[in-house]
Amino acid sequence: MRELDEISLMQGNEACLQGALDAGVRFFAGYPITPSTEIAEGMAQKLPAVGGKFLQMEDEIASMAAIIGGSLAGLKSMTATSGPGFSLMQENIGYACMTEVPCVIVNVQRGGPSTGMPTAPAQADLMQSRWGTHGDHPAIVLSPWSAQETYTLTVKAVNLAERFRTPVILLLDEIIAHLREGVRMPDPRKLVLTERPRPLNRENYRPFGGELDEIPPVADFGMGYKCNVTGLIHDDVGHPTGNPVIADRLIRRLVGKIQAHKDEIIGFEELHTEDAEVVMVAYGASARSSLRALKLARAEGVKVGMIRLTTIWPFPEDPIRQAAEKGIPMLVPEMNLGQLVLEVERIAAGKSRVKHLGRVDGELFTPTEILLALKERF
Amino acid sequence: MPFDVMEYFRQETLPHIWCPGCGNGIILRDFAVALEKLNYPREEVVIVSGIGCSSRAAGYLNFDTVHTTHGRALPFATGIKMANPALKVFVIMGDGDAAAIGGNHLIHACRRNIDLTAIVFNNSIYGMTGGQFSPLTPRDKKATTAPYGMIEQSFDLCRLVEAAGATFVGRATTYHNQLLTQLIVDGAKHQGFSLIEAVTHCPTSYGRRNGLANPSEMVRWQKDNAVWITKVKSGEVTPSGEQFTIGELHKHDAPEFTAMYMEVIKRAKCQA
Repeated sequence: MRELDEISLMQGNEACLQGALDAGVRFFAGYPITPSTEIAEGMAQKLPAVGGKFLQMEDEIASMAAIIGGSLAGLKSMTATSGPGFSLMQENIGYACMTEVPCVIVNVQRGGPSTGMPTAPAQADLMQSRWGTHGDHPAIVLSPWSAQETYTLTVKAVNLAERFRTPVILLLDEIIAHLREGVRMPDPRKLVLTERPRPLNRENYRPFGGELDEIPPVADFGMGYKCNVTGLIHDDVGHPTGNPVIADRLIRRLVGKIQAHKDEIIGFEELHTEDAEVVMVAYGASARSSLRALKLARAEGVKVGMIRLTTIWPFPEDPIRQAAEKGIPMLVPEMNLGQLVLEVERIAAGKSRVKHLGRVDGELFTPTEILLALKERF
Repeated sequence: MPFDVMEYFRQETLPHIWCPGCGNGIILRDFAVALEKLNYPREEVVIVSGIGCSSRAAGYLNFDTVHTTHGRALPFATGIKMANPALKVFVIMGDGDAAAIGGNHLIHACRRNIDLTAIVFNNSIYGMTGGQFSPLTPRDKKATTAPYGMIEQSFDLCRLVEAAGATFVGRATTYHNQLLTQLIVDGAKHQGFSLIEAVTHCPTSYGRRNGLANPSEMVRWQKDNAVWITKVKSGEVTPSGEQFTIGELHKHDAPEFTAMYMEVIKRAKCQA
């Protein structure tokens, strides 16, 4: 374990690995898949050295199941995958939502659908990260734009999973995962880390109870609380039930516990929005090209700003709403045919113009093409 | 030693959901008796199940219990055991759960030889969904999705898991319930992956369609067709027709996975 502040040249995937270890992840199960494999390889190397456990499972379904098991036994748990594997994990992600098991799922986005372009970037899993599993459910999804931010958002993802007893998805893309940058990592002992709420005693133990904004304490398996965990609708002690009142309350609480605390989760950065005549809404690798386009535009006297999202879900509505209320047009560059833009349009609600710029050819935007799109009337 | 089997159950969850005449309750009681014989500290026992009639068993038992997703009980259990090897982890599955949707996980759990004790409730059918054929439905038998008779070959689950690397394999029936209890006890004590196939009867979804509508007839069928492995090995009997073997069918010693991983941790710490 590192015991000093350190600056290292590392890939996004390596920064993710290091962030997870520093955040206390001690259980990882995964299956090889490009472009996320370096995370599993790093975990196989480093986890046992800190007394943690690494499993290479037979597929991504089993990987997701195993990390839920690891978390039930009390360890901070994570998996990492990419497109096809992320699709396979969906059912058990829903199980973790329903049973309130903390865990982190890293999805390094690659071109799809299906096998697509395994070594090329994409941002087309944005809606899947919100709605990939069936049924109403909560979602916390973070997305970094650099190796540095991959480190900090991985720590945040682990903390949020524990804080809210829910799966947290870290949405990388192939570019962020594989680019190499300097990453400043603090002494891990200086990091603020979160542990899931655990009960103080067995009296009135209600691991699935509480108010609609509440995250009830839960005991690890082996602590003697004799808890039942089920993906069926269940009452506050975990017994299955078909009672419609209990069903309604459970689903509303699972979603409500995230909604009520969304200010703790939502992160974004505003760049030059004060005087902007047009604003880009971007995240991940697309935001890097967008930043360059912003600088080129400003050099030409075009006042461009950017709202850069680091949290995708819950959706950061406030900065978008503020821009829309001022009537500022918004450009949404993303490596898909229109996913984030749907949310931006929903919040803009016709008060300002919203334009989409998409790429699905496995190539990152050039700053020039974003610049041209900014200059076009829309 | 007399004991109250009911203390192993979450009595507030009873009565169970199983049909009248179902054999699952017999297996569940045998399991509770086995747990009494094993006498593990209660907080160290974890019971993991999949989805289906059999998998409802976990929720009735008063331990840390997990009712997982269909077919995935073994990888959930693998995660629990790996995270805390001190826990005694039992896995309850049905035949469709273990051998169809969970078949891949089953062979890999065997191959890893992780110290789990799996009990497969084999009722030869998908009961919860109303009687579709499973990979353990015998040829020519009828199911709602095989209305003209089953044309696929069925698995011999015990031979399958033995070939995949399971280090303890046994089979009993709801008629041979003392054997079933003993196999669960022996399987749990065995270091490595143990699988016990519990042949059970489903009069509602299987028996009615196959000329065995009466639960007692189904139990008699078990009695008449089960052949002790000891008698097969001694050459006294050669199973034929619908006959199947019961008893401790296979056992060998091999390195156990979580113990091996502790060695990995030692090696990694030396190099770190």
